[in-house]
Amino acid sequence: MYNDKVMEAFAHPKNVGFIEDNDGVGKVGNPSCGDIMEISLKIKDDIIVDAKFRTFGCAAAIATSSTATDMIIGMKVEDALKISNKKVVEVLEGLPPQKIHCSVLAEEAIKKAIEDYQSRKANNQAK
Amino acid sequence: MENIYLDHSATTYTDRAVLEEMLPYFTEVFGNGSSQHKAGRDALKAIDRAREQVAKAIGCAPSEVYFTSGGSESDNWAIKGVAHMYKSKGNHIITSVIEHPAVIQTCKKLEKEGFEVTYLPVDNQGFISLEDLENAITDKTILISIMFANNEMGAIQPISEIGKIAKEHKVYFHTDAVQAVGNVPIDVKAMNIDMLSMSGHKFYGPKGVGVLYKRNGIRIDRFMDGGEQERNMRAGTLNTPGIVGLGKAIELATSNIQENNAKIAKMRDYFVEQVQSKIDHIYFNGPKDMTKRLAGNASFSFEFVEGESILMLLDMEGIRVSSGSACSSGSLEPSYVMLSIGVPIEVAHGTIRFSFGKANTMEQTQFVIDKLVAIIDRLRDMSPLFKQIKGEDIYV
Repeated sequence: MYNDKVMEAFAHPKNVGFIEDNDGVGKVGNPSCGDIMEISLKIKDDIIVDAKFRTFGCAAAIATSSTATDMIIGMKVEDALKISNKKVVEVLEGLPPQKIHCSVLAEEAIKKAIEDYQSRKANNQAK
Repeated sequence: MENIYLDHSATTYTDRAVLEEMLPYFTEVFGNGSSQHKAGRDALKAIDRAREQVAKAIGCAPSEVYFTSGGSESDNWAIKGVAHMYKSKGNHIITSVIEHPAVIQTCKKLEKEGFEVTYLPVDNQGFISLEDLENAITDKTILISIMFANNEMGAIQPISEIGKIAKEHKVYFHTDAVQAVGNVPIDVKAMNIDMLSMSGHKFYGPKGVGVLYKRNGIRIDRFMDGGEQERNMRAGTLNTPGIVGLGKAIELATSNIQENNAKIAKMRDYFVEQVQSKIDHIYFNGPKDMTKRLAGNASFSFEFVEGESILMLLDMEGIRVSSGSACSSGSLEPSYVMLSIGVPIEVAHGTIRFSFGKANTMEQTQFVIDKLVAIIDRLRDMSPLFKQIKGEDIYV
């Protein structure tokens, strides 16, 4: 049901873990739905220098977490905000229809982590 | 890489001896069982022998055995058949919440036709209550359909007691015995079973062939219109090789139940004991009394991880298991059977069924334990629900 690219990303995921001194964290999903995705970011001069994930979920959820974090490392924050779930699915060369929501979670987790970064930044500037 | 198959509740391989028995019926004795010439008579003879093998295995008369395409067909036929034939007597059916979809969906369809269905709950080990059953019976009740043994967590229901209650109340009793045949001794007369469904490929027979046992005297609609096969109850040329295979398979499976079960249960018990001692935060699903569950079944829910991920990583090690039941994989809902025995929904997502068979070995069992421990560790490391800080588990 999964293609080789998805299986590879699932079997050997990149960027697993949590950045302790992060600049933004986004956590989405719900345990009763069977998936939770948490992405933590290290950001310098509005560029994402590191991204890590922790995911509770199916093979597709783990594969999209790995791919999505890989895609945004080195990216400007404003560009990362433009990453759509479709783009993640494209890089993975497709997901089964019932697993598309995993890619949506990845997009949402990135957005939420960046929002967290931006609100922290705004708070710091206000001080 | 070795292929370790631990999904015998989904299907089994066809036993070599069964296959050998079937082969001549493809190429040599290929006649139509309904033909009058020798080729047809020879095929019919083989079919009649299989009918006797089935009858002997479950303790009924050969004239009470109807060959079908499998368990789902038998379930559909039995339940719809009784419902439609006896609706003038009543419109109430009793079943349980843990039945196979072939029973549940059939009942749902009958509800749309105006039938009323009671779905009995089960306790946290997967058993229905006989008191609930008795209380559910009304003067409108025409059928009780309770599965013999559950496919997901292996609970073997008190079938004789259910049969006794059904008989006392003059209600027909059907049981989906797809998981039980070949694994649990069955005597339909002693157990007061009026109808029983089975499927060849669950007991080392071929796929695409099953049986509905129906006690003589119970009337049901014919399943398929057409020729007069199966005493004019199910039209269509008989699947001679499949039927011959099912006959041989049930003979082999039921003549060695104790011996096979002892070997299989030994591996299963070791597996359960090791998994419970090596992995924390798990639910062992189904009956705790191992004599009340299928000998090959071990069902676990692993907290903080998701079943499909476990399944896929085991698969990469050559280990074939199932998350819940194969019928529901691909859906995003956790197993309704796990939810009905009280497994919390977030934990139910992490359910894996291991079903051992007669060809498995202790070495394989040990290999699976070792791989499973490593895989659960790895997935928990990756899970935001499970963080180990300073040796203490902290749940976020």
